[in-house]
Amino acid sequence: MKSIAKKGGPARQSAGDRTFTIVNCIIMTLVTLVIVYPLWYVLVASLTDPVIVNSGKLLLYPESFYTQGYARAFAYAPLWTGYRNTLVYTVTGSAIALICTIPAGYALSRMDLPGRRGIMFLFTFTMFFNGGIIPLYLVVQNLHIYDSIWAVVLPVAVSAYNLIVCRSFFESGIPVEMLEAAKIDGCDDFTFFFRFVIPLSSTIIAVMCLFYATSLWNMFFNPLMFLSGKEKMPLQVVLRDLVLTNQATTITSSAEEIAMRQKLAEQLKYCIVVLAAAPLLIVYPFLQKYFAQGVMLGAVKG
Amino acid sequence: MESGKQRKWTLGKVLRSWQLYVLLLPALVWLLLFAYYPMYGLLIAFKDFKGKMGIMGSPWADPIFKHFEAFFSTSIAVNAIWNTVSISLLTLVVGFPVPVVFALLLNQIQNSRIRRSVQTISYAPYFLSTVVIVSIISMLFSANGLVNGLITATGSKEIFFTSLPEWFRPLYIGSSVWQTMGFNAIIYIAALVGISPEYYEAAIVDGATRFQRIMRIDLPLIMPTVILMLILNVGNIMNVGYEKAFLMQNSMNTTVSELISTYVYKVGLQQAQYSFATAVGLFNSVVNFILLLIVNLVSKRFSDISIF
Repeated sequence: MKSIAKKGGPARQSAGDRTFTIVNCIIMTLVTLVIVYPLWYVLVASLTDPVIVNSGKLLLYPESFYTQGYARAFAYAPLWTGYRNTLVYTVTGSAIALICTIPAGYALSRMDLPGRRGIMFLFTFTMFFNGGIIPLYLVVQNLHIYDSIWAVVLPVAVSAYNLIVCRSFFESGIPVEMLEAAKIDGCDDFTFFFRFVIPLSSTIIAVMCLFYATSLWNMFFNPLMFLSGKEKMPLQVVLRDLVLTNQATTITSSAEEIAMRQKLAEQLKYCIVVLAAAPLLIVYPFLQKYFAQGVMLGAVKG
Repeated sequence: MESGKQRKWTLGKVLRSWQLYVLLLPALVWLLLFAYYPMYGLLIAFKDFKGKMGIMGSPWADPIFKHFEAFFSTSIAVNAIWNTVSISLLTLVVGFPVPVVFALLLNQIQNSRIRRSVQTISYAPYFLSTVVIVSIISMLFSANGLVNGLITATGSKEIFFTSLPEWFRPLYIGSSVWQTMGFNAIIYIAALVGISPEYYEAAIVDGATRFQRIMRIDLPLIMPTVILMLILNVGNIMNVGYEKAFLMQNSMNTTVSELISTYVYKVGLQQAQYSFATAVGLFNSVVNFILLLIVNLVSKRFSDISIF
């Protein structure tokens, strides 16, 4: 471990090294603050009287604890529809994505799969070249899935990048000897996959869940393009509507009207941003060991 | 790399692997429907697409590059191309080195608990959606927001960040760097962890300072990873996500915020000029793909690193 070398350091640290360490600590503290403070600010602002928030003060903690914003957020019906829709899209979409990606990743990891390189190329190519939004829109219409949940979840059911991550995982994680031994025992590919590969795949399944669920939870543009009814829109679109409504009033309405609506909407905005961002921010630290692994698997040449 | 003997595949082999193909099937169906079927739809860039006639039935455009010519004759074309290229080049120049430096500095933190905590915190913004990011920008930088609060507190006049065109790029790029720094650093941090301690031991014996160890050991050893990431980034230079630009766009800043992709969305889906918008999008993709090939070729020639 390299810590041996480093631990030897402090005792005989030169003056230059000490300066370096101090400067480095300061930089890291600043970086951490810059990352955390905006998030903290939004959280505090969602719990503070809008009059104080709108004065543009530096908020460190909720000065006057104010929960009316959340009370109004919870009473705001589109939020709940949005939340429900997002949950449904995220769960369904992740499930479909896993069904598509995990078995395919395994099949493509098998060196004895005829046509493996060609198929892999077809997938990789989609990372660098695609039809673009209009042709995709036409496909969604031709398949008659426009304005349904399928229009939201199917176009993103496979990402070539995630497929490569999966394939790399199976290439390095399932020893060839294991397959050979199983084959001698009369095991076919299905049995091997479901009985031996899947139980060894909890890491990759967790990584894929996180990657797909994050992108589905945060998805904004596809629902906007492929859905028409407001009642089907996910949380991100509800949030966008709030933000944009504000912008629209700034441009067209009279001064007093802006001030009024601004004040009402501002608080709601903070609360909904918190509610939209919180689930992922709470979950990711527990899964970080997995997704760091996932990123590295993806870095293995495609 | 597969060896030669696996190359030769016979019908018998294919049949024997049928179960593997079944495992592949869902992904292949997706590939066909949602990746290559849209590529076939690119044909409408060369046609006068009418919804009722379908892609095949619609008449060919006359002349065949009609929609491309129409795009280049608009006043928006040059502007949108320029905006796209400049915002992504700036994002690359400003944003690419940041995770590398962050990883190198983080690696120097000796307390592993602090190191890991800082790393965990650095990922956080990556999990926020574009809508949330843009919302936070609008909150912090609005006329009565935090940043203007601090500016007016120092006695200066407030700045209308979100409506001034000259602030679009700094906000766009700054928030991108903020969002992706930690996540993009993962790969470099992993590469740094893999460096053998013997290098450091030898360097310490030779009296190398910390800074020298970073410059002479860490940096050269993670260089292949850095170059690989650079190729991937440069190869995506024209693929600027339309989401963020679209969300940050308002009537005051379109001179800088109108990108090729946001323009395609507007003309294509909002004005339903399918053929024209597809032509614009295709132009964008092709230029991007050619750039990727060039970068890949150059890198292969000089550093032996390539993605294909």
